[in-house]
Amino acid sequence: MERSEIKGKILELLVRNGRMSSSEVGDRLELSVNEVDALIKELERDNVILGYSAIVSENGLGDKVRAIIEVEVQPERDTGFDTIAEKLGKFPEVRSMYLVSGRYDLRLEVLGNSLQEVASFVSGKLACQEGVKSTATYFMLKKYKESGIQFSQGEKNERLKIVP
Amino acid sequence: MSDSRSCRKQWVAPHIAGLPRSGIRDFFELVNTMDEVISLGIGEPDFVSPWHIREAAIYALNRGVTHYTSNLGDLRLRRGICDYAKERFGCEYDPTCECIVTVGVSEGLDILLRAVLSPGDEVLFPSPAYVSYGPTIQMCHAVPVPVETSERNDFVVQVSELEARLTDKTRVLLLNYPNNPTGASLTREDKLILADFAVRHDLLVVSDEIYEELSYVDRSPSIASCPGMRDHAVLLNGFSKSYAMTGFRIGYALAPSSLIEAMMKIHQYSIMCASSMVQSAALEALVNGARERDAMLEEYRQRRNVIVKRLNEIGLSCFMPRGAFYVFPCIRSSGLNSVDFATRLLREKHVAVIPGTAFGASGEGFVRCSYASSMEDIQQAMDRIGEFMEELRRSGAGK
Repeated sequence: MERSEIKGKILELLVRNGRMSSSEVGDRLELSVNEVDALIKELERDNVILGYSAIVSENGLGDKVRAIIEVEVQPERDTGFDTIAEKLGKFPEVRSMYLVSGRYDLRLEVLGNSLQEVASFVSGKLACQEGVKSTATYFMLKKYKESGIQFSQGEKNERLKIVP
Repeated sequence: MSDSRSCRKQWVAPHIAGLPRSGIRDFFELVNTMDEVISLGIGEPDFVSPWHIREAAIYALNRGVTHYTSNLGDLRLRRGICDYAKERFGCEYDPTCECIVTVGVSEGLDILLRAVLSPGDEVLFPSPAYVSYGPTIQMCHAVPVPVETSERNDFVVQVSELEARLTDKTRVLLLNYPNNPTGASLTREDKLILADFAVRHDLLVVSDEIYEELSYVDRSPSIASCPGMRDHAVLLNGFSKSYAMTGFRIGYALAPSSLIEAMMKIHQYSIMCASSMVQSAALEALVNGARERDAMLEEYRQRRNVIVKRLNEIGLSCFMPRGAFYVFPCIRSSGLNSVDFATRLLREKHVAVIPGTAFGASGEGFVRCSYASSMEDIQQAMDRIGEFMEELRRSGAGK
């Protein structure tokens, strides 16, 4: 396997389970623990892996409020959307942000302690930014699926104990 | 029998009464009485059928696809199968007359053998083998002739061994590669040698390739595509293993039209046709199933790497499987025979594996572990097997 292909496989495994041990990654891909550790270090050093986080059920996050905010912005000469996006990204309330095609430009996910907190962030910090033309806020009511993980456990997978 | 409800008259035909009662039935029954068992004894994917395939079946029901289809199967599905076989197995068949959709490979094998075997005919097949081969042959009043394979030859059946068992009654060579239970597979060269043997002795090769898509080495075209095999081969395959569709019960046979015609007669009178909404699901698998099929294959490959490494570390030497989702470790170092090993492992450590002898006498000294189980289960089972071996060693039983 090519080095880049091996790295790709390591990434696939860690995206699926960030806590997978290096020895399991190694056993799966026929590598030693040291080789795996070295490759993961490289991926971190090259800013391919930027961090690790958990996928948490709604209950796990307590009473926090999440919202998706669509932001229409005025792109700038030379830098396009990057300057304004970088500026908005500095607010810790913004958990993720994407430039998207379609009716608006930036799609933000915002986390706050209450409805009021998110509302005042939008009106007091976001909408008034220079370059922001309009915003639309959608409060999230229920989480069904995140990072490929479905939250309902409705499916049964019953197999016989022995099948020749 | 003292059961007052049992029937005194012997209604059961002698050739059915004479079918071997599975030698490990007691073992199966023991497994079923126990809770908290980690089972590596399951010969089907742990994945649920991909959602788009299930959804296609539901959609078919919504559209009212609840009628019989053509006896051979829906022509769209047969076209899909023949295109797939050309692309993936390297052999060409005419969907109108050289393809039949069956209720799994099990039915395909049954109607094929019934179509070609006369009483007393002999069928060669490599052993250890899938448990139904012998009985399915016997149900045709024919004679199963298992031919031993060994780890020394990577569990590939040798022509010299086949020649030794050849008689003027031999009619069929039944192959199953990638193999259940050993995980062996055939190289292109093996296929050419076996095809040449079959053509020389005018045998029909029945190639059960249900695990073909679960290959971890470079694949080569089917033995059915080898020179001279056009009139000497039947290719059996299905959706159960590669698309995780065991419960759907759907497969197919590809063969010269005279054979398909004969199989169709039996199929028509006994089954009529494979379930229609299931045929819709199968077509969906062929058209859109590659991505998830390949993702499952990659997961099996990684589990295989883990389980083989761990078994070897434990001291159970293990042939590196080239296909399917089974490992077939040698357990002789435990000092136990296959059934005792499996039974004690189950009783003492609550891990279920299948004794190699379930697949024929040549499976003695081996057990079959399926890695169609979650990685957590595999790891935990390996921990427990390690403890089991350690305890055996300490008690002086192992070598």
